[in-house]
Amino acid sequence: MTGPTQEADIVLRLDGITKRFGMLTANGDVSLDLKQGEILALLGENGAGKTTLMNILFGHYVADEGKVLVNQSGTGLSELEPGSPHAALESGIGMVHQHFTLAENLSALDNIILGTEKLISLTSARAPARKKLAELITRSGLDVPLDARISQLSVGEKQRVEILKALYRDARVLVLDEPTAVLTPQESDTLFATLKKLSADGLAIIFISHKLAEVMASSHRVAVLRGGRKVADLPTAECDLRKLAELMVGHEIVETVRDAGSPGAPLLALQNISVGDGRDALHQVDLVLHSGEILGIAGVSGNGQTTLARVISGLEPPASGTISMEGDDRTDANARAVIDNGLARIPEDRHRDGIVGPMSVSENLAIESIRKPENQRFGLLRFSAMREKARNLIKAYDIRCQGEDSPARLLSGGNIQKIVLARTLDPEPKVVLAAQPSRGLDVGATSDVHKRLLVARARGAGVILISEDLDELMRLSDRIAVIHRGHLSSAEETETLDRGTLGLRMAGQGGEQAA
Amino acid sequence: MIEIFEILLSANFWAAALRIATPLIFGVIGALICERAGVLNLGIEGIFTAGAMAGWMAVWLGAGLWGGVLVAAFAGAFFGLIHAILTVPLGLSQHVSGIGVTLFATSLSYFIYRTALPDVSSPPRIEAFQPLDIPVLSELPFIGPALFQQTPLTFLALFLVLATAYLLYRTPLGLAIQAVGDNPSAVESQGLSVYAVRMGTVVAGSAVMALGGAFLTMSAFDAFFFGMVNGRGWICIALTVFASWRPGKALIGALLFGAFDAFQVRLQTEVGSFIPGQLFLMMPYILSIAALIFVARRADYPRALLVPYFRGQR
Repeated sequence: MTGPTQEADIVLRLDGITKRFGMLTANGDVSLDLKQGEILALLGENGAGKTTLMNILFGHYVADEGKVLVNQSGTGLSELEPGSPHAALESGIGMVHQHFTLAENLSALDNIILGTEKLISLTSARAPARKKLAELITRSGLDVPLDARISQLSVGEKQRVEILKALYRDARVLVLDEPTAVLTPQESDTLFATLKKLSADGLAIIFISHKLAEVMASSHRVAVLRGGRKVADLPTAECDLRKLAELMVGHEIVETVRDAGSPGAPLLALQNISVGDGRDALHQVDLVLHSGEILGIAGVSGNGQTTLARVISGLEPPASGTISMEGDDRTDANARAVIDNGLARIPEDRHRDGIVGPMSVSENLAIESIRKPENQRFGLLRFSAMREKARNLIKAYDIRCQGEDSPARLLSGGNIQKIVLARTLDPEPKVVLAAQPSRGLDVGATSDVHKRLLVARARGAGVILISEDLDELMRLSDRIAVIHRGHLSSAEETETLDRGTLGLRMAGQGGEQAA
Repeated sequence: MIEIFEILLSANFWAAALRIATPLIFGVIGALICERAGVLNLGIEGIFTAGAMAGWMAVWLGAGLWGGVLVAAFAGAFFGLIHAILTVPLGLSQHVSGIGVTLFATSLSYFIYRTALPDVSSPPRIEAFQPLDIPVLSELPFIGPALFQQTPLTFLALFLVLATAYLLYRTPLGLAIQAVGDNPSAVESQGLSVYAVRMGTVVAGSAVMALGGAFLTMSAFDAFFFGMVNGRGWICIALTVFASWRPGKALIGALLFGAFDAFQVRLQTEVGSFIPGQLFLMMPYILSIAALIFVARRADYPRALLVPYFRGQR
């Protein structure tokens, strides 16, 4: 029980928040206190309900149960009017959304003062605003060109504008939703340095994250959400990476390990493939994939991986060279023939190429096999069969959604990837082409992807794993080749390689290029 | 060739261009503010008709001329409100709703006119606005008769261009209108109501459109007759794109169209004996299309145009 003396420090309290979307309980009875000058990390996997909770706090959603209490200028906690961003702003809550809420056609200054003055007025008070902002900028170090149009700013600058929006309104609570998702590592460091400075000045900060390292480095306290419920709330000093990961995922993290494996006959062979020119070209690429192996392709993104994946999946015909599958030439096969021939394509950009957002989960699961007799009869789709199948796959692949009929775009990134995995791996393909399969996914979803790839390998499929993450490649691959400026090195046994060598080759130094 | 220069150098030609442009200025300014807030208002053609009928009818029933203008504006606001309710909180298709409003407003105007005047063969006339000679300015050579001997509604239209530019770029409300047409969540995250801003803007924009109709019956002509709007509303929709949603360019676009129209009428009398008149009638429209092709490719669309906003949607 909190005593009266501590009560005074509390600037914000969430009390028993429950929010349901249809069948899905996004938040179940979540309570949370935030003290002045504190940085609280709200940790959880994709879809754990972090963003929903913060949207309730800011009034974008109305909670089904529970309430938000705010300490309005030291007068004690009082209930915040639900469903009103205006009320949230008035009581000193500022929110920086993951997708910026900025009008691109206005200047930074105009975005900041928007809504802070009476709408019906003959003049806009830009001059005093500019003065106040200049002070804020020097105090916080959030440097932005105030007169530049938002469309001309970098992502980091836009985020600074968002934070200034909150500070300009004298926010006492600042909420940031996955603030580092769009930032480079250097920008992230700067951001956290700024946040620490602001919290030292008394600002209470909540930041949402699923990155353990930044939570450990930059928060005072961690609240962990899992499946919409708060499962832990403890000082960061009492945590370590492993403990946090387990709290977040809900079970011990088992490092996926690859057993010895038994590579079989060659499955897919690329010979002397060249295509395109410029950044994403391929030059005389040779590659052989055997059954029962994972072949890793390492490389800094933009060195031809995307083109390689397109060529293998039949989306782009090679300018020269041949592709064969189990000895048969299929150089000119189109994407549909390639898939029918037993290739599973896990695309790099899962939101754009992996799903059709407005279509339902069951339609997305069936989309690559709609010509098969189980999905159509006389050219008419068999929706009940598709939905039945979808229900099974949702269970088997643990896809968290409101049901097989909900639009795929509503799912979190990890669950969208699960749709892609279920669709492509369930027909037991001979070759799996996984392009950046764990990019942007949290710990749990990543380990799920790894497990699925290893299962495919154990079954005797050949897996091509294109990734930028060396740890992932070293852990999963039997052999690794490096791609640099469209040249693919010959693949070598993972055991004979180390990170240093691979790193050098990714930078284009050391190691011979394939002939 | 000599004739062409003679036409372009006559004050009379430029006065006509400005007169023809006036309803277009009202229309394009109205359409522009609606679209700046993210709502395409294809009700414009019907709102023109409603404004023309309502303004004229009010004066015919005994109201003053400015009273008629006010009635026209209210008629426009009424139909704008219908469009706003359908497209903003209900989020229906802006195209379908706009066309619906045009059909409804046009038919209702004709119906009321016919009910009030069941069997007149020639439309009754009212005492319309007379040209206003601005002292001093109207006596300037050339420029005086060209620009400063217009009816008051023309001056109101020019004033509205300035007022709209000021509103959009210099006032808090203007910022909100621009933002709501670009990224509604920017407006909501600052505690403003997206619906209120959009609906208010559509209603106000529609009232301005209706003044374009009122100009037709109360200034350009002195009576209401069927089919008198004759596609002017649609031209305004095209001019909005031509203007890249900027009030100043909107004025230029409307004047350009007015000039083409005035020019073709004069050209017809010069060379009409051996070139069919229909070709001249086509000219302003063909030139508008050409201008659109040229300009609209680079146009800076309000990003949220046509996109409905729903609160709390994931």
